[in-house]
Amino acid sequence: MNMGMLSDNLGIVYALLGAALATFLAGSGSAIGVGMGGRAAAGVLTEKPELFAKVLILQLLPGTQGIYGLLVAFVVLGKIGILGGTAPTAAEGLLFLAACLPIGVAGLISAIHQGKASVASISLLAKRPDSFGRAMLLPAMVETYAILALLVSLLTVARL
Amino acid sequence: MKDYIYEVARIRVMENGLLTGADFEQLLAAPDRNAALAYLADKGWGGGAGTLDAPAMLKAEEDAAWALMRELLGDGRELDILRLTRDYHNLKAAVKDGYAASGLPPERLYLEGGTIPAEEIREAVREEHFDRLPDAMQEAAATAWQTLSRTGDGQLCDTILDKAALDALTAAAKEAPDPVLAIYAVTTAVSADIRIALRAAAAGKSAAEIVPMLAEVPDINSTLLAEAAAGGRSGAAEYLRSTPYGVLADALSRSMSAFDCACDNLMIERIRPQKSEALTLGPLAAYVIARETEIKSVRLLLTGLENGLPREQIRESLRQCYG
Repeated sequence: MNMGMLSDNLGIVYALLGAALATFLAGSGSAIGVGMGGRAAAGVLTEKPELFAKVLILQLLPGTQGIYGLLVAFVVLGKIGILGGTAPTAAEGLLFLAACLPIGVAGLISAIHQGKASVASISLLAKRPDSFGRAMLLPAMVETYAILALLVSLLTVARL
Repeated sequence: MKDYIYEVARIRVMENGLLTGADFEQLLAAPDRNAALAYLADKGWGGGAGTLDAPAMLKAEEDAAWALMRELLGDGRELDILRLTRDYHNLKAAVKDGYAASGLPPERLYLEGGTIPAEEIREAVREEHFDRLPDAMQEAAATAWQTLSRTGDGQLCDTILDKAALDALTAAAKEAPDPVLAIYAVTTAVSADIRIALRAAAAGKSAAEIVPMLAEVPDINSTLLAEAAAGGRSGAAEYLRSTPYGVLADALSRSMSAFDCACDNLMIERIRPQKSEALTLGPLAAYVIARETEIKSVRLLLTGLENGLPREQIRESLRQCYG
């Protein structure tokens, strides 16, 4: 691709970069969070295999950020001429990029912290298997901020 | 930084198996030692073998705690600080046994579970190949051996090796991979310092002679402690009140066994925050300390029951539960 072609498609390049960041950052955060939860779950299941269903739910809680990032990326792809819509100008492409950042960054950070909260909740469950409700509620609180970021990203992308 | 997510999660499950205050009340209510052993066997003590042999049961529990750590940490070198005192106990036994040739079976003299096998220490001392010992032990071992050979003074030999053990502990505390291990090392060194100071003062040593026997630990001034020890337990207790270890003062005023109990309780209090740690080595170290303290309590309880001590007296000697 020569420089002229790149400058002609700068809008798509910026928008794709945004979609990539939303998927990559939020997905990486989820991978880290779910991975941490998985290790804690394995530790508990080594001694108490009967808790499998409960710890699996706690392990999966940080996985939602990756889905949110993917969702925003799909909406972007549907508007920039790849899965539908029209190719954006450079300025519009930058706006897409900016719109993707909230779910990318907040998704990354919240998923890692939700993973840590899930690990702690899995430990709580190990000590008190009857506290599943409370154990699930604590890491679920972190989800609030991922949802807020998702809303901002999604509403902004939808308006562009 | 390495995290210990899997390991801590497993430890959380294992903590459910620690004895609680209610368990100790049940044990105290047992009519005799065998009934207490049966209760422990029901709780899974002794590896589920159903044995009512107290030494075998307690040893199985000690071994189980360390076997779990080896399973979780591989060679378990991260927790070496917790095993250092066993090494120095074995070194002391090797030096004294090598000199006196007591002929006692090794299992009566040596502790298992040190960072180096007791047999290695025994061989090194017997053949006077002190270079086979770890660097930190070599000089103390050689000095203690030569001193004992020259003077026959077992107490002086003890002093040299006790000081070396405390120096090794405080040095290890500075490089501890987790704050819990530093807490363990410092708390152990402080309680040992106080015991050494009191023992030396009772033997008629002056403060100037006592100071070199003591390890340098944070918050404890060796000179002031040595001077206070001249006033006996009450003098040392008075000094302790001016330090962050004031919580030990009342127990020290009462008796040495109350002081030992208070030291263990202080350790348990200090490691208790590890119950909310999920990622670090701390909960693993705390679990080992808690298990060793629990086993110590059970040993005291069984001895008390065997000797027909009043239940209240046994209860006073029991350590706080971590579980």
